[in-house]
Amino acid sequence: MIFTIAAKELRSLFISPLAWVILGFLQLIMAWMFLSRLDAFLGVQSQLMALPAPPGLTEVIVAPVFGATALLLLLAVPLLSMRLMAEERRNQTISLLLSAPVSMTEIVLGKFLGLLLFLLLLVGLLGLMGASLYAGGSLDLGLLLANLLGLALMAASFAAVGLFLSCLTQQPVVAAIGGFGVLLGLWLVNMSTADPDSPLHLLSLLKHFEAFNKGLVDTADLAYFLLLIAAFLALSIRRLDGDRLRG
Amino acid sequence: MADPALTISAQGLSRSFGARWAVRDVTLELKRGEVLGFLGPNGAGKTTTMQMLTGNLAPSAGSVSICGVDLLDAPKQAKARLGYLPEVPPLYKELTVTEYLRLAARLHRLPKVQVQAAVDLAMERCGLLPMAKRLIGSLSKGYQQRVGIAQAVVHQPDVVILDEPTVGLDPNQIREIRALIRELGRDHSVILSTHILPEVESVCDRVQIMNEGRMVYSDTIAALKEARDARGLVVGLRRPPAVGELAAIPGVAKVAPLSEHLFRLALQEAPDPTDALVERSVRLNWGLVQLSPAQTSLEDVFVQLTQREETAP
Ligand SMILES: Nc1ncnc2c1ncn2[C@@H]1O[C@H](COP(=O)(O)OP(=O)(O)OP(=O)(O)O)[C@@H](O)[C@H]1O
Ligand SMILES: [Mg+2]
Repeated sequence: MIFTIAAKELRSLFISPLAWVILGFLQLIMAWMFLSRLDAFLGVQSQLMALPAPPGLTEVIVAPVFGATALLLLLAVPLLSMRLMAEERRNQTISLLLSAPVSMTEIVLGKFLGLLLFLLLLVGLLGLMGASLYAGGSLDLGLLLANLLGLALMAASFAAVGLFLSCLTQQPVVAAIGGFGVLLGLWLVNMSTADPDSPLHLLSLLKHFEAFNKGLVDTADLAYFLLLIAAFLALSIRRLDGDRLRG
Repeated sequence: MADPALTISAQGLSRSFGARWAVRDVTLELKRGEVLGFLGPNGAGKTTTMQMLTGNLAPSAGSVSICGVDLLDAPKQAKARLGYLPEVPPLYKELTVTEYLRLAARLHRLPKVQVQAAVDLAMERCGLLPMAKRLIGSLSKGYQQRVGIAQAVVHQPDVVILDEPTVGLDPNQIREIRALIRELGRDHSVILSTHILPEVESVCDRVQIMNEGRMVYSDTIAALKEARDARGLVVGLRRPPAVGELAAIPGVAKVAPLSEHLFRLALQEAPDPTDALVERSVRLNWGLVQLSPAQTSLEDVFVQLTQREETAP
């Protein structure tokens, strides 16, 4: 049932021009960044070689491109997730799902999965771009995989937050703006403190992503993302159940 | 619930929005092979009741069971036996008719191998075959309504609940849909709400009228037609006595309770019971609030029940 809903969501995404525009635009920016970093790397390669422990191709190109892509996703995901529930509620199509033998959990997971698959496609394409470096030299596969995992978890967290915001309102635009606000807040929450031991660092998306970006896969960071995703999915389910009770 | 023929049984269904009660203590039972017409003025609570029957809205009080399965305890099993056309058809405009009906069939857990046949049958029944490949968003209102109906019957549910199914259809299609409803009514149960009274008389076996959230009338169409030929009185009593006491009044042939406070008396030829009835009502403190010639057409009944209550204190 989850897959039926996910497939429908994926299809609706690909029918809408917005998804294509975002997909194309992100690919364009990522490719441009990628090539410009590559260009810069080739320019300074000879100087780098003189260093005792020269940074590798992957370190110079892949890590910054992935970092920038995470930021782009922060802008793009709320636009992709805004319609998920808000539009169903506004057009009252939600009653097709509610009167079918499908639980709230399945509805929410199906919607989440649909969007996630789309985002994974995006991340996957970026991964291919990174893997293409293999043709020209040595590739730090571990670093690339850590970045891919981090980006995928990041995208999934964005999707969960966006989905929840979409459950809160009937206006897709409000959901998009709200989602963007919440994500930016989570991204930058540790900016407000100068204290390096502040617990706010634990909340920050950026902080946890940075570890993956450097090639460190830490269970604490993994747990952070998984908890974040689970929490927002659970909130979405609760919210939809509340709708049925309140009317 | 003990009766296996009972497909829907709702007991004491109530629902409030804030401090206002939209539906109050509605009890409703439907047998297999019955078509129930649901009438009531705007805002009576028909849609709200149907939303509760289909699990779209949680009741404030009361219970619903579908084919003996409690909707609140086991929503999945209960919903699998339901087909529902809401007031606003839940259509994804970006899908084609076929894609949409396939989705509806899959959501209702139809096995993959049966989906295509079920979709074809539903499209044929609702006159949608020429539109199979069109996007739903590009269809006219009437065709969209048909897609909504097709969606409700595609998985051959035991109970079909249709909220104003014939709105926006052309006269030919209305006839076809009525025929479809009658056909469905043969081995499924159907509840439909409508504002078209002749529709109820032509397709329904039973009619229930709601007003201000309460069920104020429930009778079979057959009884209604029978009453059309007989002379009778409708009596409303605030504190009604036992039915036997009413029947004992000279001149009364038969007493049929229409609701808790409303009775239809069939009259004999000879003594006119009106005087005796008024006299007894005063003496025994029955609280007579209504006394009128028995209404014969459904329209008369409807107008009488729903207007009178509106002006009552
Ligand atoms: N979500 C809601 N919030 C608040 N009140 C509501 C809500 N839905 C329905 N109501 C109220 O409940 C009452 C019953 O509405 P309902 O839609 O069930 O009427 P109806 O019998 O279907 O009317 P119609 O013939 O116009 O379709 C109305 O007074 C309506 O204002
Ligand atoms: Mg209605």
